[in-house]
Amino acid sequence: MELWFTEQHTPNVKFSIKVDKQLFSEVSEFQRVDIFDSAEFGRILVLDGRVQITEKDEFIYHEMITHVPMCVNPAIKKVLIVGGGDGGTARELLKYDTIEKIDLIEIDAVVVEACKKFIPQTAGCLDNPRVNVFFEDGLKFIRRVEDEYDLIIVDSTDPFGPGEGLFTKEFYGNCSHALHADGILVNQHENPYYQRDAVAMQRAHKRIISSFLISRVYQCHIPTYPSGHWLFGFASKKFHPVEGVDFRRWKNLNLQTKYYNTKLHRGAFYLPTYVEKLLLEVEDK
Amino acid sequence: MLGLEYLNQERAPILEALKKMKAARLVPFDVPGHKRGRGNKELVEFLGQDCLDVDVNSMKMLDNLCHPVSVIRDAEKLAAEAFGATNSFLMVGGTTSSVQAMVLSTVKPGEKIILPRNVHRSAINALILSGATPIYINPQVDERLGISLGMKTAEVIDAMKKNPDAKAVLVNNPTYYGICSDIETLTKAAHAHGMKLLADEAHGTQLYFSSKLPKSAMSVGADMAAVSVHKSGGSLTQSSILLTGENINTGYVHQIINLTQSTSASYLLMSSLDISRRNLALHGEEIFDGVIELTEYARNEINSLGGYYAYGAEMINGDSVFDFDTTKLSICTLAIGLAGIEVYDILRDEYDIQMELGDIANILAYISIGDRKKDIERLVSALADIKRNYRKDPSKLLKLEYIDPIVDATPKEAFYANKKSLPLEETVGETAAEFVMCYPPGIPVLAPGERVTKEILDYIRYAKRKGCQITGPEDMSIEHLQVIRD
Repeated sequence: MELWFTEQHTPNVKFSIKVDKQLFSEVSEFQRVDIFDSAEFGRILVLDGRVQITEKDEFIYHEMITHVPMCVNPAIKKVLIVGGGDGGTARELLKYDTIEKIDLIEIDAVVVEACKKFIPQTAGCLDNPRVNVFFEDGLKFIRRVEDEYDLIIVDSTDPFGPGEGLFTKEFYGNCSHALHADGILVNQHENPYYQRDAVAMQRAHKRIISSFLISRVYQCHIPTYPSGHWLFGFASKKFHPVEGVDFRRWKNLNLQTKYYNTKLHRGAFYLPTYVEKLLLEVEDK
Repeated sequence: MLGLEYLNQERAPILEALKKMKAARLVPFDVPGHKRGRGNKELVEFLGQDCLDVDVNSMKMLDNLCHPVSVIRDAEKLAAEAFGATNSFLMVGGTTSSVQAMVLSTVKPGEKIILPRNVHRSAINALILSGATPIYINPQVDERLGISLGMKTAEVIDAMKKNPDAKAVLVNNPTYYGICSDIETLTKAAHAHGMKLLADEAHGTQLYFSSKLPKSAMSVGADMAAVSVHKSGGSLTQSSILLTGENINTGYVHQIINLTQSTSASYLLMSSLDISRRNLALHGEEIFDGVIELTEYARNEINSLGGYYAYGAEMINGDSVFDFDTTKLSICTLAIGLAGIEVYDILRDEYDIQMELGDIANILAYISIGDRKKDIERLVSALADIKRNYRKDPSKLLKLEYIDPIVDATPKEAFYANKKSLPLEETVGETAAEFVMCYPPGIPVLAPGERVTKEILDYIRYAKRKGCQITGPEDMSIEHLQVIRD
């Protein structure tokens, strides 16, 4: 018997992982939540048919979405994670003793419960006293908050499901308002390769630059995400993500990472020509 | 035709007939010429094969809207039952055609009709077609919100007494903004004066399916109602239902409808009415409970932002706002120093949010059968962001005052009169021969036959400057206006 999980990356491209067994499946108020076990990638969280994390490669995404802003501003104390119900982003942030409070706003309690039970590698940290989990729509939560956070991390699903509202100008505008004057916003920024995702990526970039003075995009490589090439957005009213960053200070923290390092940090902001072009297209308008 | 015992709200006769027709795999030597899409591949690619398969003409098994005897008649019977009317007509020319059928069926050339001035252009167009003389009731105006309210009951009854020869009274139930006049008392009074009560329910489908909303026209014994099922009821754009009460001669109404109705009525439109009627009849109460809850949530969230005023049931004053349709989400934007139309434009251009309308003072979100909570969150959050980024000094905004029209001629006389075209600024004191209106909402600022005044020109210029889409005149740039030549 062979059991395969298949995700459609585009109407013409399929990505398949051989599954050992299905551990969890539930249709929540917001989406379908599945967890599979596999030989190649370990346990896999799938939302509405799209891979969110796998035990084997989640370190890449979670390290890159957290250590880049933390290296730029090590004084960060209060962090908001929007989405991130699997816990991976919070786990990386908890490596910093200087962070006092992490608020995690996840729309779907079913994701958190399922991950706590089946993927403790990421969700195990969610009971840490520094982490406060709220189940609410991120867009709704953020518009009530003013001058509260040093860092907001948008760890969302793609913009074609419940995460839709987190790729909008109203969301980024309200985030800018919820951050301190020297705050940083980092968001998962889709892949630039496939047409539909590239358009979403451009729209998100256009909306972010209208709310933040500094806005740069950086990249990494994730085997289980569409095209394998993934982007993040870095936006701030004060900090440049590379210039003036004291990389030695981060090294001296002696944190253990598998993907992130300070050389890679610098390099991640050098983008392929076609990606630069896609970004410029919306910056000029 | 179904026997009465089989004719119940679970059925959808037009839908069922179309499915049978599809299964019969007929060879089409009739129109439309695209022949199930085979002749127009691009159209199939765009609209889908399922859609083209049922874009067909009347035939024996599908009945004929011009002379319905089987499945369309059954669908109309079911619609009449669902809406609590004696009879119903499926309409394919928009609610404009329903409004015109109401007026033309009840008021002959030269006869009078009593109506509020803030009617939709379709009602005044009907006056041009019928040659009827309008007796306008000035709607009350809420100056703070810059909107017209309903009619005061006593004023309408007074007009009935002064014009005992009037044949009909037309009532908006509700207005675009959700405001209802006392249609029950007005219906009784109209009948006591031997007049018919016509209801423009272009924004009122939901009233028929919820016990928590204002009264529908048919429930209080009105004679005719034009219902835009496509607005809040879920059917396709341009589909509508005309309802009639027990004292209306349906044969005559039918003849009136056939004067202007297509003889190739679209089965896409008719089946969408049939399917929507079934859905509303079976699940309407629950559906509109959801809409009411969503709108109330949005209203509370928006009002808690400060600066905006999303008005609701607190508007009710027992007369000019006899009742309020809480599914309507109108938001006054004046306190943040922006005209409604400006917020409307910012929402679309900067936030990818398309509102139903923006006027001088308000924006309106049409909340209906298909809205989602997360989209409400987007609207509320966008409004919060706009308030921070765009707010201005409110004292620079024009205050709307209701401009009492001076009627020099009936709409028909003015429309067919000899005309001359004048630059807009030279038209003060002249009689307009054409409409001027902001669209939406489509309520005329000037109707044919009304005198142009300085206040009206100021209003038009201001609306133009703020970005309202002005329509009506032949001159699309609205630099010139046609007036009656003496």
